[in-house]
Amino acid sequence: MNAIFLAMPSAISQGVLWGIMVLGIFITYKILDIADLTVDGSFALGGCVCAMLIVQNGWNPWLALLMAAVAGMLAGAVTGILHTVFEIPAILAGILTQISLWSVNLKIMGQSNVPLLNSDTIFTGLVNAMGLKQSNAALIIGIVIAIILIVVLYWFFGTELGSALRATGNNIDMIRALGVNTKVMKVLALMLSNALVGLSGGLVCQSQKYADINMGTGAIVIGLAAIVIGDVLFGRLRSFGSKLTSAVLGSVVYFIIRAIVLQLGMDANYMKLLSAIIVALALSVPVVVQKVKAKKAYSAEGGAK
Amino acid sequence: MLQITNVEKTFNKGTINEKKALQNLNLTMNEGDFITVIGGNGAGKSTMLNMIAGVYPIDAGTITLDGVNISRWPEHKVAKYIGRVFQDPMRGTAAGMEIEENLALAYRRGKSRTLKWGVTSAEKELYHEKLKVLGLGLEDRMTSKVGLLSGGQRQALTLLMATLQQPKLLLLDEHTAALDPKTAKTVLELTEKIVEENHLTALMVTHNMKDAIRLGNRLIMMHEGHIIYDVAGEEKKNLQVADLLKKFEEASGGEFANDRMMLS
Repeated sequence: MNAIFLAMPSAISQGVLWGIMVLGIFITYKILDIADLTVDGSFALGGCVCAMLIVQNGWNPWLALLMAAVAGMLAGAVTGILHTVFEIPAILAGILTQISLWSVNLKIMGQSNVPLLNSDTIFTGLVNAMGLKQSNAALIIGIVIAIILIVVLYWFFGTELGSALRATGNNIDMIRALGVNTKVMKVLALMLSNALVGLSGGLVCQSQKYADINMGTGAIVIGLAAIVIGDVLFGRLRSFGSKLTSAVLGSVVYFIIRAIVLQLGMDANYMKLLSAIIVALALSVPVVVQKVKAKKAYSAEGGAK
Repeated sequence: MLQITNVEKTFNKGTINEKKALQNLNLTMNEGDFITVIGGNGAGKSTMLNMIAGVYPIDAGTITLDGVNISRWPEHKVAKYIGRVFQDPMRGTAAGMEIEENLALAYRRGKSRTLKWGVTSAEKELYHEKLKVLGLGLEDRMTSKVGLLSGGQRQALTLLMATLQQPKLLLLDEHTAALDPKTAKTVLELTEKIVEENHLTALMVTHNMKDAIRLGNRLIMMHEGHIIYDVAGEEKKNLQVADLLKKFEEASGGEFANDRMMLS
């Protein structure tokens, strides 16, 4: 039991840092209604870019973080252009970018992982100044960044441009008839989304002090699991701001669950299976419930009963 | 103001499903014309409206609106000048967004979307006034999601959205066909009122011959992708459904009009 408690701070801080990625997935999956598989690649890309800029080029860790977001944004643009200009289905466009990013990331790093052992990260200052543990510093900075991003996204999706973007996911025929270039909207959403994913990759890289070619594998499933967990726990809250917040909280809950099952002795290799099962269950339960209801409601006698 | 010259459109060219939707289509609309469009299934009525709106590119010919050649413009660009109401009430509004958000999106038709706030409070007053005119009580539900409205309410809202920003041309594609008779009547009355009050130029496709005769100042009949009958003024006012059926038979070489047209 004690061990589980000890694992919590690190689990929660991971949840918050990965929660930034979940905000990105929220934009494509919930607002645009696209499952964007670029994420696995752009998350690792963010981590790789961030690690290399710090280790090899001695960049300021905050600037490196910014570049991680820019790199993610470019990856999103590639998927967006494949999808809109060349009309490749969104899922396939995402897969193509994801796969190609694996090679790109390996090229960027020149090896399959890069440690940041002796380099300063954005957390170093706080650790030194306050004498905090790394995971607590990551938690504090992660929460601040998450709050800022939620506020900015809330504002953005309330603007004319943001409303047009939401409408693109809601009724594309309508918003096109109202004079909006929906291709531009889709590319914009994919760029914004993957910028957040890249940023999250950079944050995770700095908190764990290494970047790895495989750090993004399964990221999309973790993100979707976090979103459905957030939906289940806080789905009653209807406002847009609370939906964004519940996406991040869903991520925190996901990493808490993960820490618990790992502490209980589950093999870490089963984690991806567990994530996939969570998502599959969350998506299939409403369908099954609907079918059962329809079956129960049927009566052969009809109105004559 | 709208000039359609020798427009042609063939779908699935070179395949077994090839369909010549528009052939040698010519139409000149004057400012303030309210034209009703009738014709059998597959006559090209909806295709004509879609071509004007830029939904698909035309194969040949030109379409000009107020002297501007819009023949090859994409849909979102033509939208600056054109308001549209579709047959399917679900298509014209965003179900997951609020009534006022839908109106705000429509209020910015053809304008660039900036980072200013999406719905201002001054606008909300305008929308309140406009919704009141519909007489459906929607002015008191402005923050309700549009998905909660009935088909008729959504269609009335779409009509308001299409005309909120004065269009050069209003395209109505059987916009009452999916509604029950009573609601259809209400929406049609609203259409008349809005077109008249805003002095709009409009093209309305309908299957209902009585409506086609009663509404508007001009009536055109389409067959096999072009216009076979064009009547306006007094002559149109004095038309009877029987006259139209006869015209249709003559023009189409003795073919009977389809059942739906006979019954309406």
